[in-house]
Amino acid sequence: MTRPKPNPALRRLAAVVPAGRILDGPAQLAAYESDALTAFQTRPLAIVVPETQEEVVAVVRFCHAEGLPFVARGSGTSLSGGSLPVAGGIVIALNRLNRIRRIDLDQRIAVVEPGVINSAVTAAVQAHGLHYAPDPSSQPICTIGGNVAFNAGGAHCLKYGMTSNHVLGLKAVLATGEVVEFGGASREQAGPDWTGLFVGNEGLFGVALEITLQLLPRAECFHTVLAGYATLEQAGDAVAAIVASGLLPGAIEIMEKLALEAATAAVHAEYPPGCEAVLIVELEGPREVVAADRARLDALLAASGPVEVRPARDAAERMAIWKGRKSAFSAVGRLSPDFIVQDGVVPRRRLGEALRLINGWSREMGVRCANVFHAGDGNLHPLILYDGREPGALQRAEELAGRILRMCVEMGGSITGEHGVGVEKRDYLPDMFAAEEIACLKRIRAAFDPKGIANPGKMFPEKGAPALAHAGLHPLEKAGVISRE
Amino acid sequence: MSTTLQPVSVEELAAAVRSAPRVIATGAGTKPRLSAVSADIVRVSTAKLAGITEYEPSEFTFTALAGTPVREIRAALGERGQYLPFDPVLADAGSTLGGTVAAGINGPGRWRYGGLRDFILGVRFVDGYGRLLRLGGKVVKNAAGFDVPKLLVGSAGRLGALAEITFKVFPRPSAWRTLRLPAADEAAKARLLAELGRGRWELDAVESVVGEPIVFTRLGAPEAAIDALAKEITERFGGAILGEDEAAAWWRDAAEFRWTHLGGAWAKFPLTPSDGPAFAAWVAAQPGARARIGAAGNVGYVSWPGAAAPAECPWRGVLLRGNGPLWPGPRRDSAVAGAVKAALDPAGRFPGLED
Repeated sequence: MTRPKPNPALRRLAAVVPAGRILDGPAQLAAYESDALTAFQTRPLAIVVPETQEEVVAVVRFCHAEGLPFVARGSGTSLSGGSLPVAGGIVIALNRLNRIRRIDLDQRIAVVEPGVINSAVTAAVQAHGLHYAPDPSSQPICTIGGNVAFNAGGAHCLKYGMTSNHVLGLKAVLATGEVVEFGGASREQAGPDWTGLFVGNEGLFGVALEITLQLLPRAECFHTVLAGYATLEQAGDAVAAIVASGLLPGAIEIMEKLALEAATAAVHAEYPPGCEAVLIVELEGPREVVAADRARLDALLAASGPVEVRPARDAAERMAIWKGRKSAFSAVGRLSPDFIVQDGVVPRRRLGEALRLINGWSREMGVRCANVFHAGDGNLHPLILYDGREPGALQRAEELAGRILRMCVEMGGSITGEHGVGVEKRDYLPDMFAAEEIACLKRIRAAFDPKGIANPGKMFPEKGAPALAHAGLHPLEKAGVISRE
Repeated sequence: MSTTLQPVSVEELAAAVRSAPRVIATGAGTKPRLSAVSADIVRVSTAKLAGITEYEPSEFTFTALAGTPVREIRAALGERGQYLPFDPVLADAGSTLGGTVAAGINGPGRWRYGGLRDFILGVRFVDGYGRLLRLGGKVVKNAAGFDVPKLLVGSAGRLGALAEITFKVFPRPSAWRTLRLPAADEAAKARLLAELGRGRWELDAVESVVGEPIVFTRLGAPEAAIDALAKEITERFGGAILGEDEAAAWWRDAAEFRWTHLGGAWAKFPLTPSDGPAFAAWVAAQPGARARIGAAGNVGYVSWPGAAAPAECPWRGVLLRGNGPLWPGPRRDSAVAGAVKAALDPAGRFPGLED
């Protein structure tokens, strides 16, 4: 077998990085064709695997000089196609930049490279009673660089916020080749919040090289309760009662029946029988505070008409509750060969109405939909099931997804709470923002990337759809290594 | 004497920005250096652009016009048992919501859940083209589009004129205690701040007066839990629990910056706890300067007796009152900052980032 002649740009690229950093074999390229949104696939020109920050800077400067598009990639867990490669461009795989460069226990910060895995940050500091709060479901595999690019969320956003609330500063190479430092080690700042602007840029500004994260003391005590309800409305009413009470739980989650069945099948999660919905509420804090709040929560839940309330009696039971919740998405893979995950947001008081509409459309269109969501912040996660081998199935699934997104906007919410716009929702950006607002965002993008080479095709609507193909679970997902939130 | 316009609607605000080649939005003037720019500029006051436009306690969000006095917002939230946990400053002095965002400064309560930047959700603002734009969102969670609302925090009106702002709010704790803890010197204080920051108690605020051997900390918790927490802290570090009135007065003095020299220069400097001793030494070397360290060592505020800020500052900060550069201290230039300024304000209608 003869290999095609190397692309001239790649030959020149080979001169700016040490040998062995460029992968362009067919099998190597295939591995990077998709991220966790497997419906989209694009084969890149090559993968570059830099090992140092200097190498990343050199590669980005090369891309700028050549006008070569690049997509920075961590573990490829984006659910919005955020790290989908660009045809004719390169992927900069940052997994080898995985050093934790500094931990300062007094200041409670960690300075990390972008390829550091989310849960590795907590693992490095938990012996000192600290943790890194943002907890996307993919945290055992997703990287901080990806979390920063897409402002990753998780189950504890109501109280702790998203990734951007935990990034104090960063060093980045912009698409122009300029290396910048924004923010710093302090929790306070002076001047415009450049760090805040950078987080959530979806890879359109450049590549973060070093990120300063805030660490929090791990809560001393947790109280995690699972409550089953005969109807979804009752679960929703319970959320409303908790919010109105003045409690501030660390997490409030709801799983609907189809998601419960999936979690039961996948990780042997156990739920009270006869429930249409399960509510998970977690209180956390100093033990005296949790004890006081717990008494109020127990009373609220008892009055909310549950089928059963199951408090976690120990750490193992708490972990089991979270395992069921966090595995729900990949578990749904057992129910259907393919699925789309949405993450629109609605005002919390309209959750019940939103779910009724979604379930109505689901029945009407004959498209199954499993709902799991961050009820505390109105962030829906409908899992739209389809079989890509069936003609028209993907289109129907996408139509339902589109209806849900437009409903979120009409209700005054957002098309994305935490997954980002990416490729997947770029055509819906105009539903949320006026043409002048999108033009403003584009001008900001051009300030960071005048040539439009950093992750092009994401966030902004463009003519011509990217390659859309039906596909089952990502290979890593099938193996149970990664999961979707 | 410069011209001042007083728009009464967001559309009029946009028209006011378009009406002149050089404009700056102003609030109540409680951080006067931010808008102390050349006299030929047209000042667009938000005084008549006031009022809470949406408040839905069950959503933990509110939206208010930029000129809304912070104290009005505090009262409206308080009626429903909610608050802005970052303790917006100078509320009694009349500060506006827009000015608070533009200044990017926080009160003592920022320690627990983060600062203003962590609670801002969305903005309507007028860019340098004079267009009214809405970016960010109105719900507690949103990842669509670049986070321009955060960029505008601390931007001092250099990138746009704020029209309306949406914030996340939290339920207010039912009980508060203030503790006065001893610290022999500035080095001991830095150690105490770090230890308090790592503790299990979830402290609400940690502040100290430079040169005084004391740290003040505040707890916010359920009534049933708070005394046990307060007792543990005083048993461990010594010190005492303040009476209610004394505590209220201390925190009001802190959040209102009543400890600063009237008419003197006043600046904010982001710090880390280990900067504490050097910061204290720098302040001590300047006759008459007063300073406080807040957020458990993450910020220093300095007040000088005269209107002139020192020519050289070892830390980069922001001058809020007095004469001197807007951003004292070492410069940190980046080409992209200028490019973003040009993207939002190509004709330089608003003052430059360094003005």
